[in-house]
Parts: sequence; C-alpha cells; structure tokens
Amino acid sequence: MITRKRLTAGVCVLLATLAAGFGTAVPAAADEPSTTPSPKVELVLDVSGSMRARDIDGQSRISAAKQAFNDVLDAVPEEVELGIRTLGADYPGDDRKVGCKDTKLLYPVGPLDRTEAKTAVATLTPTGWTPIGPALLGAADDLQGGDATRRIVLITDGEDTCGPLDPCEVARDIAARGIHLVIDTLGLVPNAKIRQQLTCIAEATGGTYTAVQHTDELSGRVKQLVDRAAEPVVTPVATEGAGSCSAAPQLKAGLYTDRQEIGKHRWYRVDVLPGQELRASVSVAADRAVNDDYGVLLRAVTTHGREIVRGAESGTGRTDAVSTGLRYPKPEQEDADVSDEDLKPAAEAVCLQLSNSFSAPPSVKTTPGMPVELTIDLVEGPDDASDVAAFGLGRGWWLLGVMVLTGLIAGLLFGWISRWRVAVWRTN
Amino acid sequence: MRTPRRNRLGRACAGALLAGVTLLTSAGAAVADDPSASASPADGETAGPTEAGTTFRTATAIQQEQTATADASTGDYLYWVFPADSGQRPTVRAKVSLPESATRHGASTWQVDVYDGLRRRQACMYGHQTRKAAPDAGTVELSCVLRTVRAWAEPWAFDPLPGSYYVRLTVTGLAEEDLGLPVHVETEVTSTAQGGAHDVGGALAEPLVPGVSLASAQQDGDSEQDGDSPQAAPLGSEPEDGWSSGWWTDRWLWTVGGGVLAALAAVFGYGLTRGTGRPSRVPPGV
Repeated sequence: MITRKRLTAGVCVLLATLAAGFGTAVPAAADEPSTTPSPKVELVLDVSGSMRARDIDGQSRISAAKQAFNDVLDAVPEEVELGIRTLGADYPGDDRKVGCKDTKLLYPVGPLDRTEAKTAVATLTPTGWTPIGPALLGAADDLQGGDATRRIVLITDGEDTCGPLDPCEVARDIAARGIHLVIDTLGLVPNAKIRQQLTCIAEATGGTYTAVQHTDELSGRVKQLVDRAAEPVVTPVATEGAGSCSAAPQLKAGLYTDRQEIGKHRWYRVDVLPGQELRASVSVAADRAVNDDYGVLLRAVTTHGREIVRGAESGTGRTDAVSTGLRYPKPEQEDADVSDEDLKPAAEAVCLQLSNSFSAPPSVKTTPGMPVELTIDLVEGPDDASDVAAFGLGRGWWLLGVMVLTGLIAGLLFGWISRWRVAVWRTN
Repeated sequence: MRTPRRNRLGRACAGALLAGVTLLTSAGAAVADDPSASASPADGETAGPTEAGTTFRTATAIQQEQTATADASTGDYLYWVFPADSGQRPTVRAKVSLPESATRHGASTWQVDVYDGLRRRQACMYGHQTRKAAPDAGTVELSCVLRTVRAWAEPWAFDPLPGSYYVRLTVTGLAEEDLGLPVHVETEVTSTAQGGAHDVGGALAEPLVPGVSLASAQQDGDSEQDGDSPQAAPLGSEPEDGWSSGWWTDRWLWTVGGGVLAALAAVFGYGLTRGTGRPSRVPPGV
C-alpha cells in the first residue's frame, strides 16, 4: 500500500515538474553593434521677407526660428553631422530670376561647432524670395557622399512661387536618386497652398509634415527629427527588377530598394537550396497622389511559370504604403542518391513577380516609379508539421472519456479471459 | 478486503488527477475569457520608448506590456514593432490625444493596423480598429485583438505566426486644415495565453523576424560580407525571455492524464471480474 501511495505521489510530482520545467526558453542572442557612418542632417531655413511677420507667440517668425535653432543646436547628438542652408537670405530686389537663385550654405555639413553655427544663425535677417526647389537641390548636393542616412528639415512660411521648378517634383527626383534621403517639412502659419506643397514634398520622400503654431512646437519637432536621423537604421541596397524572370537580377538575403511604375510589374530571382525557406516581403510606397483603391501582389513562380505561393494585399483610403509578403519552404531532397558526398544539391531559382494595382489621376506623373522596399530572408531548415496537433497529442474530455472507456473494456476483457482460463484449468 | 481498498485509492487518485486537470484548464480558460485581467493600465508596467518610427524599417521596438508614447504630427504614420510568440493572442491598444478642439476644423478618423513579420496585414478579430473622433473630442481610443498566434501554418495561409508584429497608427480621414497639428499617442500591447487548444503541430525554423538570416550569418562570423552587402537589421523584436522552444503544451498533461486514467480504469475493470472479496468456496480465516 505504502509503495503504491509513494508511486502515486511520485507521478504527481513528476507531472508538476514537467509542467514547470518546459516553460523555459532559449536565451536571447545579443546582436553586436556595428560601426555605422555618421548620419547627415541639413536644416533648410526660409529667410524670405515674409518671415518678418510677427504672429508666432507674439514674436516674429524669424526670431521664433532662431530661438528654435539655438535649442536644437544645443541638443544635436554627437554623431550627427549637421549643416544649415538658407533660402532668400541675400537678395532683397524684385528681379525674380535672381531672387529665385538665392540659396546658400550657411554652415557646411560636418561635425558641429555649436558656437560657430549659432553665430551664423544669429546674423540672419529676413530678406528675399522663397526658392524652395533650388534650396532642396542644393541641400541634396550638400549631403552627398557616404552611405549614412540623410535628412533635410525644411522650415518655411511661404510657398515656392519661383516656378517652373515644382519643389514637389524636385523632391521626388531627389528621392529617386536612391540616396536614402528623407525631407521633413515644417510650415509656419500655413495656408492651404503651402500645406499642399509641403505635404507633397514630405510624401514624395517618405518624410513628415508639421504645422507649427508655437515656438516650443518648432524646436521640439526639429529636435525630434534630428534625433530620428541619429537612430541606427539599415540602409537598403538599390536594385532594378526586370521585365521578365530570365532577365531578373539575382538577389541574396538582404534589404533592397527599387522603383516601380504604376501598372508595371517587376521580376527578381532568388536561389533557394533544398531545405531552405525563402521569405520575401515587399512594400510599395504611395509617394504621390493616387486613387483611393489600390493593391499589390507578390508571386513566387518557378522558372517554368508555375506559381508556388503568393502574397496579396489591397486597401482603400489614405496610406503611406501597401505591403505584403510570402514564404516558401523548399523541402529537403528526398532521395539520398542524388546528394552524393561531392555533389551539392542544386539550388532552385525562384522568380518573384511584383505587381501593383495603383492608379493615379492623369495629372500625376508616373515617372520615376514608386519606391519599393524588398526584404529577402533565407532561413535554414524548412518547417513541416507531421500532425495538426502539437506532437500529435490529444486534449479534451472526449479524449479522456475514450481512454477511460478503452482501459475499462481492456481490463474487463483481460479479467474475464483470465477467469475463464482459470476455470478451464480447474475443470481439467 | 484488499481489493475494495485498492479500488478506493485508485478512484481517489483519478479524482485528484481529474481535479488537477480541470483546475489547470479552467484557469487557463478564465484568463483567456477576460482580456482586461492582464490589461489594466496601472499595474507594474514599464515605461516604453517615447518615440515612434515612421516606416516599417524604422519602427520602434517595444515589448509587450510596455506603454510606448510618442509626440507626432497629425498625418504621420507611426510604427512600432513588438514580438509575439505562439499561443498568445495579442491586443493592441492605442490612445490618441488630439490637439485642442479650438485649432481643429472637423472630425478625424483614426486607424490602427497590425502587420506580421512578413508585412502581411493581420486581421483584427474585434476591437475598434477604426474610430471617428468628433470635432470636440479630446482623445480617441483604438484597439485591435489579433487572432491567436500559431506555432506553424502552411505557406499559403495568412495565419499569424511567431515573430515580429508591426503596429501602424495613422489618421485616415480628416479636414485638410488639420494636417500637421501636434498629437500625443500612447500604445500598448498586451496578450493573453490561449492554452493548449491552440497548440498546433510543427514549428517555424526561425520566427518571422525580418533580417533574421542576415543576423544569424553575422553571428556565425561569416566573412563573406563584403563592403556593399546590406547590414543586418537591428533585431529589436524578440521577447524579453526569448522565443519559446515550442516544446511545452498542456496537451502533454491531457494525454498523460488520459493514459493514467485508462490504466486505472483497466485495473478497475480487471478488479470487477475478480468479484468483491474472496471466492465463496474458500472458508474464512484461512
């Protein structure tokens, strides 16, 4: 009896231990920091005549901007290389041609000398025109070189009246250079026209737009944007998808960017070894005014044109991007004869077809294409499930009932048989 | 006299085991049925990041049970990324503090979307995924309850799998004049464990974390990484105590318990055929 009780207790303890023990997991692997090139930021400040207006917390727009710059310059993170460019600071005249070229680099992009930069900002007086387009082009050139993240922070109170250079087109062209440049815009006391122009610029480069009404808002937001530039982020590699699978660029695991025009598809190729899993995710950014209903489709296709798996997404309404993804676990090779010692299993070329169903009003330019971000991952060891349930284990009262019933019947049968055998043995 | 006692003991043990199993499963179910149990905002939460990313790539990593805050402009697309493991059913909550109603020009519609590690949009089972804020409203609260994360699914399925999950919060409809106004947002992800009923067979080779293959290649000391090869993504999205091994499920208890019960039932059944005491032929006291 005692032995039995002990056994029962032992089983209970064992179960409890099992229950408690299996919750533990594999410890997290720490990732090592890598040396990254220092991020570059350029602040582009509008110093046009209209900045004299005194409507921000009772002070003039330019003094609000100066105060904000002082705050920001104090708080710039060490690793950020900061530059300052002005527009409309020098030419007070009425000649539009000259006025619309009036942009200059006030403080060059590089390691920051705070006092020097502050002194330079203090000298500014509101003067001329508002050539946003040329200023953006200049800023993009200032930030050239290196592989770090780049950010332009544009602070303005007026729309670009210089034409024919539409600053929004300029921004999109800059973004299409593939230099990972983001333009954030801040509008001081904006009206509908400025707002439209500034949101268009921000949208075209994946930046943000802020309407500023108070000085502290201005300095807080610019600080936030500069800090954002300092965040470590993976820089994607530019690639160019082809019109057919056979001509498609071969991609390895990594992060890629491309441009895709509305209504055109692109092909990429990835080699997948048996036993590997391909994971591809893609997002197409709506960097211009597009119609309200849109979609994106990513297909994994064999070289013979058979579709393996697809990821599709569609949406409606305001969006920054539409994205989808797929995964394709390629099974291990079945027969061992093929994979001899010296014969490596052949990789399968999987074609990825990316298409979108964006549409845009006729007034919207379709070139350059919309930014595409493509993530390719290849993971070892495909997954497979041998059973729907975990380890093929059962669960629930039906299971218990069936098991108890089976046990009972088995016990009864066994008992009767042995009884019958004893009876037979006795009669003999 | 021995047999009845033995049977009583057997029944007692079976009863205890059943009670244990019942307690275990019903406790799990109770937790599952009451999502607010683990989601009350005040108890012992750690403060999360105070910034939010603006793209998938720059999404700010948060952990579950953390409250992430951010100051942003109306119209920004704000991204966070959090890890979710198999068996969990995450709930994303977001609270947007709108700018003063005096500066606003109309109602605005806010929306929270959740994407998985492959950037596939994940459906919300219920919750206020999209909500319209009245022109005079001070805050708007959004929520999204995801489906239970499964350990494995077929490649053709869109089921949620263990890995990173992206939260995107933005305004989808507003008066044009309200673009760019400052807002303050708070986001929190909680999850409830769903118990063994959702434990499926199979497991992913790696959780669905973007850039996972590059990170593992770097850790292996892969020297092939030349100058122009992409850098590894910062893998901020991992649960604090790592991914579960997928080994434990309460199905073990059920199955083992069932086996024990079956054995006891067999013994009981066998005992029945033996009769209740000694055979009547045997005289007492021998």
